[in-house]
Amino acid sequence: MKYIFDRLRWPDGLRRLWHRMGSPRWFYETTGPWVPWLAAAAALLIGVGTVWGLAYAPPDYLQGDSFRIIYIHVPAAYLAQAGYILMAICGVVLLVWRMKLADMVMATVAPIGAAFTFLALATGSIWGKPTWGTYWIWDARITSVLILLFLYLGIMGLRRAIERPEAAGRACAILAIVGVINIPIIKYSVDWWMTLHQPATFSVTSAPAMPPIMWLPLLLNVLGFNLLFAVSVIQGTRTEVLLRERRTRWVTDLCRQERA
Amino acid sequence: MSEPVLDISGLRCERDDRELFAGFDLHIGPAEAVQLRGPNGAGKTTLLRCIAGMHPEYEGRIELLGAPVAGERLLFVGHRPGISGLLSAADNLRWHLDLAGWRGADSVVTAALTRVGLTGYDDVPCQQLSAGQQRRVALARLALPTAEVPLWLLDEPFTALDEAGLKLVSGLMADRLAGGGAILFTTHQPAPELPGLSTRWIGAAA
Amino acid sequence: MTAPLASEPSLWVLFRGQLRRDLKLAFGQPSELANPLAFFVVVITLFPLGVSPEPGVLSGMAPGVLWIAALLATLLGLEALFRRDRDDGTLEQMVLRAQPLYLPVVARMLAHWMVTGLPLTLLAPLLGGMLNLAPEARLPLMLGLALGTPVLVLLGGVGAALTVGLRTGGVLLALLVLPLFVPVLILGVSAAELASSGLDPAGPLLWLAAGASFAITAVPFAIAAALRIGVETG
Repeated sequence: MKYIFDRLRWPDGLRRLWHRMGSPRWFYETTGPWVPWLAAAAALLIGVGTVWGLAYAPPDYLQGDSFRIIYIHVPAAYLAQAGYILMAICGVVLLVWRMKLADMVMATVAPIGAAFTFLALATGSIWGKPTWGTYWIWDARITSVLILLFLYLGIMGLRRAIERPEAAGRACAILAIVGVINIPIIKYSVDWWMTLHQPATFSVTSAPAMPPIMWLPLLLNVLGFNLLFAVSVIQGTRTEVLLRERRTRWVTDLCRQERA
Repeated sequence: MSEPVLDISGLRCERDDRELFAGFDLHIGPAEAVQLRGPNGAGKTTLLRCIAGMHPEYEGRIELLGAPVAGERLLFVGHRPGISGLLSAADNLRWHLDLAGWRGADSVVTAALTRVGLTGYDDVPCQQLSAGQQRRVALARLALPTAEVPLWLLDEPFTALDEAGLKLVSGLMADRLAGGGAILFTTHQPAPELPGLSTRWIGAAA
Repeated sequence: MTAPLASEPSLWVLFRGQLRRDLKLAFGQPSELANPLAFFVVVITLFPLGVSPEPGVLSGMAPGVLWIAALLATLLGLEALFRRDRDDGTLEQMVLRAQPLYLPVVARMLAHWMVTGLPLTLLAPLLGGMLNLAPEARLPLMLGLALGTPVLVLLGGVGAALTVGLRTGGVLLALLVLPLFVPVLILGVSAAELASSGLDPAGPLLWLAAGASFAITAVPFAIAAALRIGVETG
C-alpha cells in the first residue's frame, strides 16, 4: 500500500503537507487557534438545534413528543460509528507510515467515541420506554451499537494494559482494523438475525418523510455534534502531544513561556 | 578494511522513557568478534535486541551487509533459551532447522548434539535435563548448518556452563569466525580466547 | 566451509515443521488437550439443570447452547496459545527467523484448531442428542461448527497475540474477541435453527464458508503483526 502511495504523482504541496502532518509539533501549533472558534460554533449549532428541536418543532403524529430524542440520538449514533472508522484509518496510517500523530489521534478518539456510543445507547433506551414500553429491547440497531461499545472498551482496555505507548499504539491499530472489517458484518448479521426472530419494529428513519421544520433542527444538531466531536478530538490530541513530547525541547520551552 | 558485516551509526536508544545510549557507533567486519561490556542496565541486551529488530524505540542506522537487518541473516541467542521444555532436544533442534526452511537430512541434529556433549540425550524432554544441559541444547543451535549466517548475536552465552561447556562454545564461535562470520556478544565472565576479538564498552564507562 | 543454505529455503518445510512441533506439543499434554472438551460437556450439562429438562424447551435452545458452549471452550484454550512460547523464547525465534512469518502462524492456528475446533465439531451432534436437538439439524450444526470454529480460532488468535506479553491477559482477551465472535455465533445458530424448523440452512452456511475463507487468508497477517509487537522488549 505504501509502495503504491509513494509512486503516485502527488502535487508537491500535498506531499509537503502530508509530511508536515507527521509532526506533532506542527499539529499543536496549527490547531491552537482553531479550538475556540470550533467550540463556539459547536455550542451555537447544538444550542439552536436542540432548543428548536425540543421546544418548537411539531410533535410526531405517531410518537408524539418522544420522537424528539432523535435530535440527540441520531448524531450520537452516527458519530459513534464514524469514530471507530476514524480510529481504523489512523491505525492504517500508523502501521504503514509510522506516523506518531496518527497514534495520538487514535488514543484520543477511543474514549470520545465510546462516550458518544454510550450516549446513543442511553438515548435509544430512554426512547424505547414510551415506544416499546421497556427500557431495553434486543432491537437490531441497539444490539449492534452495544457491540460497538464493547469494541471501544476492548481497544481502551488494550491500550491501558500495554505499558509501552509505542507498542500499545500498534496493537490498538491492529485491533481497530480487524474491528472495522467486522463492524458491517456484525451489523448485517444482527439485522438479519432480528428479521428472522421478530417482525420488524418500526424505526425512526423509516418514519414518513419529515417536513423541513422537523429535519432542519436535526441537521443543525448533526453539524453541531460533528464540530463537538472534532473539537474534542483536536483538544484531546493536543494534550496527548504535550504528554508524549514532554521531554522534547519545544515542549519544555513552551512550559517555561507559560509559567513566565 | 573490508566491508563491515554490521554497521551501526548514530544509534540512540530509549527504554522505559530513559535514554540508554546516544551517538553509538559500531562496525564489525567479517571474522571479527566484539565483546560488549558495561555495567548492569547499561543497555547491552537492549542493543542486541535493537539490532535483531525486537526493540523499535531507536533512532539511527543499523545495517547488516549494507541492507536493513533481516532476521534470517542473523542468529540470536537471548536470555530466553528458545527451547521448549516439553519437547526433546532433537525435536527442538529439528524445529530450528525447519524455521529456516532447511531441506537437509536429520543427521545434522545428532551431530550438533554430539558437538555440545549431549550424545544419547536426543529423545529426553528438555525439562528433564539439568540447567547446564538445557543451556547446551540452546547453544547446540550454533552447531547447526542453519547457524552459518553473517552475524551472531549472543546475549550471555556462557551463563550456567561449566569449564568444558565454556570451551565448547568458544570453539563454536572460533569456527564461525574462521568461516567469515561476525559475532557480537555480552558476558560477565572473562572473555574466551578468540581470534579477532575486541572489547567495546557501553554505558557509564563509554 | 560448506554452504548448505545456498539452496532456496523450503516454505513447505517451514510450514510442516511448525505444524509437527505444535501437534507434538499439544499431544504431549493430554490434560490440556482434554480440558476444553470437558468444559464443553460440563457447560452443556448445566443447561438442562439450570433452565429446564423439558425436551421441548431443550430442543428449542439446543443450537444456541451448543454454539455458546463451543465459543467459550474455544476462548478457554486461547490464553495459553502463545504464552508458553513467549516465555521459553521460541516465539521470538519464530518471529525472527521464519520468512515469511505468515506460514508458521497458519500452521500454529491449524494445529490449534485440530485439537480444539475439530473435536468440538465431532462431539457436538452427540451432545445435541442429549439436548434433544432435532435430527435434521445435526448435520447443519456440524457443518456450521466445522466452518465457524476456524474463524473463532483465528480471531481469537489475534486477541491472544495482542495480549501475549501482558499480565492481565485472560479477561482482556475475552473482552477483545467475544464481540468479534458475534457474526459466527449468529450464522452458526441460525443454520441449525433453520434446519430444525424444516427450512434450507444453505444461506448461513455459505456465509460461514465465505467468512472462513476470508479469515484463513487475511487474519494470519494480523496475528503475525501482533506477534511482532508481542516479542518486543516488554
